[in-house]
Amino acid sequence: MSQTARIVTANWGDPNVLAIDGYLAKAGYEGLRRALSMTPAAVIDEVKASGLRGRGGAGFPTGVKWSFVPQDTGKPTYLVCNFDESEPGTYNNRELVEREPHQMLEGLAIAAYAVQSHTAYIYCRGEFLWPGTVLQRAIAEAYAKGFLGRDLFGSGYDLDVVLHRGAGAYICGEETALLSSLEGFRGQPRLRPPFPAVEGLYESPTLINNVETLCFVPHILRRGAAWFAGVGPEKSPGTKVFSISGKVERPGNYELPMGTPFRVLLEEHAGGVLGGRALKAWTPGGSSTPLLTAEHLDVALDFESVQAAGSMLGTGAVMVMDETDCVVEATRRMSQFYAHESCGKCTPCREGTWWVSRVLARIEHGYGRPEDLDLILDTADNMLFKSFCALADGAASPLQSSLRYFREEYEQHIAERRCPFTGEGPGGVALELGPDEMGSPGREPSEPVFVPLGEVLR
Amino acid sequence: MAVLSPELREQAEAMKARYPQGRERSAILPLLYLAQSVEGHVTRDGLREVAELLGLRTAEVEAVATFYTMLRLRPTGTHVVNVCTNLSCALRGAREVYAAAREAAGLAPGSEVSEDGAVTVHEEECLGACDAAPVVQVDFANHDRVDPDRVTEIVAALRGGEVPEPSRGVAPRDFRHASRILAGLEEPS
Repeated sequence: MSQTARIVTANWGDPNVLAIDGYLAKAGYEGLRRALSMTPAAVIDEVKASGLRGRGGAGFPTGVKWSFVPQDTGKPTYLVCNFDESEPGTYNNRELVEREPHQMLEGLAIAAYAVQSHTAYIYCRGEFLWPGTVLQRAIAEAYAKGFLGRDLFGSGYDLDVVLHRGAGAYICGEETALLSSLEGFRGQPRLRPPFPAVEGLYESPTLINNVETLCFVPHILRRGAAWFAGVGPEKSPGTKVFSISGKVERPGNYELPMGTPFRVLLEEHAGGVLGGRALKAWTPGGSSTPLLTAEHLDVALDFESVQAAGSMLGTGAVMVMDETDCVVEATRRMSQFYAHESCGKCTPCREGTWWVSRVLARIEHGYGRPEDLDLILDTADNMLFKSFCALADGAASPLQSSLRYFREEYEQHIAERRCPFTGEGPGGVALELGPDEMGSPGREPSEPVFVPLGEVLR
Repeated sequence: MAVLSPELREQAEAMKARYPQGRERSAILPLLYLAQSVEGHVTRDGLREVAELLGLRTAEVEAVATFYTMLRLRPTGTHVVNVCTNLSCALRGAREVYAAAREAAGLAPGSEVSEDGAVTVHEEECLGACDAAPVVQVDFANHDRVDPDRVTEIVAALRGGEVPEPSRGVAPRDFRHASRILAGLEEPS
């Protein structure tokens, strides 16, 4: 993709855009200036007409989401920017903020004006100590210039922005859990409805948008809805910043038009599979999206096409595994993540993620039983769509998809009583690193426990 | 003795004022970071004082504190070394990096703090920097593309009283300083 066709990463080569003067030199805050000269309803119409869809994973039309925020409820309206980026494999929000924080702040101010919010909170992932600091400095710069605070651009519109740092919990990226956390509680999801647009932060109307989504907004206001709608496929217009990592030559964030075939991202941009090895499996949108394989090289990366291929675009975070990587171990590691990050509120998720990570650990370490494969699928089925939020659904994705495409590899682990890749297990060499119940090294090695799991779960 | 000095209590009131009146509970995470910045982890006394500042019961504050991994409720090293072992880092050798970090810290199975109290080694979930896998954070400052040799050097430097340069940004002086930054009290310097 040519340099000019990049939108939100167009200035990544320019270190000056970190500071507000450098950003202003690139027509920064022109989108906000234009928005403030329009009515809030006209701003919403412009974003609706652009066809922009949320980049945080769900792909919901952004302008429509904005229009759901009721006015004249007698309560304040809040805007919350979700910067709790934690989906494994996803790192575009961090880089968007680290390189050009004002782009996101400008989008945030436009969104806040559109829904007539005067207070915006940015929920910044706790571990993002440095990106949070970059943002804090940018907020101070924008206040000093009068782009935030009182009477923005002489329009009479006021907006305060508060940076709120999280403290280490994946679940807080889920919007209702984020609100619980921001209100000072454990980050546990809430039942919807009511949706946050109507009853969100402090029981008030709340608009929640992802960092990448907000980054597109200034460009739409500056260059017009028709321009944006003309980039990429009709139903998923615009570009997307794809984060690619794992076994590729050049991992990184690549902004490409929606609908770019995976092959182009992998081969032309990421330099192909590391060491020229064969592609084995990949996630299109983080570990919560079902794995795809080498058969899916030509899948177009947009919401509809990835769904048609049996997965989801999610956050556009591509993790690549090659022929030397063990799918059982990869699935075990992803399941360990969900077991650790389940907030514990809903039984199917809390129990399912924990048990299944143990079953996977014993298969990986050569202690699996043939019936474990159906047990995994049964557990996944009992997790899917049975909890308050989508964490459990995400946890089921690698389970079902890895068994769909790589069942033979599981069977080989069980038949040979070892991992065919590391050779570790009772049927091979001794385990180098003793697994504890979560399969992580460093604790006392222990014999896997043979609880009749099937009976417990049934 | 009180965890929070009169000066810090004043700053605590400013933190509460970031949120609407009647919604001061929203300041619970920054206040817990503040308590952590004094004692190096969140102690019983720290929980009690945060509860008192917010008009909550200690148990309510503890219920929140135990939910979040960056709030540490047990003795913690001067520095915290987080090693990401999630998938993208694992594919690039994070398991060996984690094992090397533990070895360099001289950790016995089951323990997480080095005997000299200099470092806590923590197995971390995805840190959102997968292009730089395997990723290690020292007091939440990122170190990119770390291999077992490099993590051994990092841990040795920390045990020798030095803070290695991170790959981006500025490193906090130690875990307490990082907690101070996270509370919103100051910038890294």
